Amino acid sequence: MKELFQLFWVFVKIGAVTFGGGYAMLPILQREIVEKRNWATEAELLDYYAIGQCTPGVIAVNVATFVGFKKQGILGGIFSTLGVISPSILMITLITACLENFAEYKVVQHALSGIRVCVCVLIFQSVSKMWKKAVVDKTALLLFLITLALAVFSPLPVALLVIAAGFAGWSIQKAKGEE
Amino acid sequence: MLYLELFLEFFKIGLFSVGGGLATIPFLQELANKKDWISIEDISNMIAVSESTPGPLGINMASFTGYLQSGVAGAIVASLSLVLPALLITILIARMLDRFRNSKTVNRIFYGLRPASAALIAVAGWEVARITFFGTEISDFLWKNALLAIAIWILLKKTKWHPVIFIAASAAIGILFQF
Repeated sequence: MKELFQLFWVFVKIGAVTFGGGYAMLPILQREIVEKRNWATEAELLDYYAIGQCTPGVIAVNVATFVGFKKQGILGGIFSTLGVISPSILMITLITACLENFAEYKVVQHALSGIRVCVCVLIFQSVSKMWKKAVVDKTALLLFLITLALAVFSPLPVALLVIAAGFAGWSIQKAKGEE
Repeated sequence: MLYLELFLEFFKIGLFSVGGGLATIPFLQELANKKDWISIEDISNMIAVSESTPGPLGINMASFTGYLQSGVAGAIVASLSLVLPALLITILIARMLDRFRNSKTVNRIFYGLRPASAALIAVAGWEVARITFFGTEISDFLWKNALLAIAIWILLKKTKWHPVIFIAASAAIGILFQF
C-alpha cells in the first residue's frame, strides 16, 4: 500500500511540472524514474515512449502506466496513471472556473491570443518531428497525403481514418514482404 | 445521461487518438461540429490554456471540456474516460512487451498508423493556425501574429529553452502589443 501511494505521489509531482505534453515529460522522467529511483532504465523508458506513440491515448499516461505496472503490477499501473492526471484535473478546473469570469477581460484575451501563436509554432514543430519518424518512404508519404486530403475534404470520422490507415499499413507491408 | 455521453465520447477519443495529446485535437474538432458542447474557438483557447498549464495536453483538454459541460464531476468523468482505454491497452501490452515489440503484424499496422497520425495532427494544427493568423475574415492577415510566430520558430531552432518560457513570453507580448 505504501509503495502504491509512493507511485501515485511521484507521478503527481511529474504531472505537476510537465508543461506542453508528453514530450516535455521525458527529461523529468529521466531524472525522477531512472536516476533518482532506478524504477526503469533509460532504454526501457525510450521503449515505453516508442510504444506510447503508436498505442491509443496520451503518451504521458502510457508511460506512467508502464512504469507503474513494472513496479507493482496492475494496481501500480492504475495508481501511477491516476497520479499523473490528478494535477491536470485540479489545475484545469481551477483555471476554467476563473476563465469563465475572466475571459471577458481584455488582458486575458490578449494573453491567450499571444499564447495561441506560440502553440501554433509548437504544434508545427511536433508535426515536423513526427514527420521524420512516420514518413519513412514513398508509400508512407502517400498514406500521409491521402489521410490529409480525406481529413480536409471528406466527412469521414477521424476514427475510421485511423483504422483504415492501420489496415492499409498492414496490407501494404504484408504485400511487400511476400514479393 | 450527460455523464454517460461524456464517458462514451471521451472513451472513444482515448481509444482512437494514437500518438499523444495533440492527436485528441482532431477528435475534439469533430466533437465541436457534432455537439454544442464546445466551439472551434473554445478549442483554440483550450489548447492555449492546456499548453500553458502543467499536465499532459490530452488530459487538460478532456478536463476542460468536461468542466464546461458539468463542472468538477464532468472534468473528472471526461479525464478518467479518456485514460481508461489507454490504461487497459497499456497494461495488456506491458504483460507481453517483448512479444508485442517483435510482432510483424504490429509493426505493419504501425507503419500505416504513424503517417496518418502525423497528417491528422497537421490538419488540426492548420485549423488552429487559420484562426490565429487570419482572424474571422480570411482577408485580414494578422501581421503581428505572423511576426511573433517567425520569431518563436527561429528561437526554438537556435536555443534549448523550455517551451514554458516561450509560452510565458508569448502571453506577455500578447498583452504588451494588444494581440
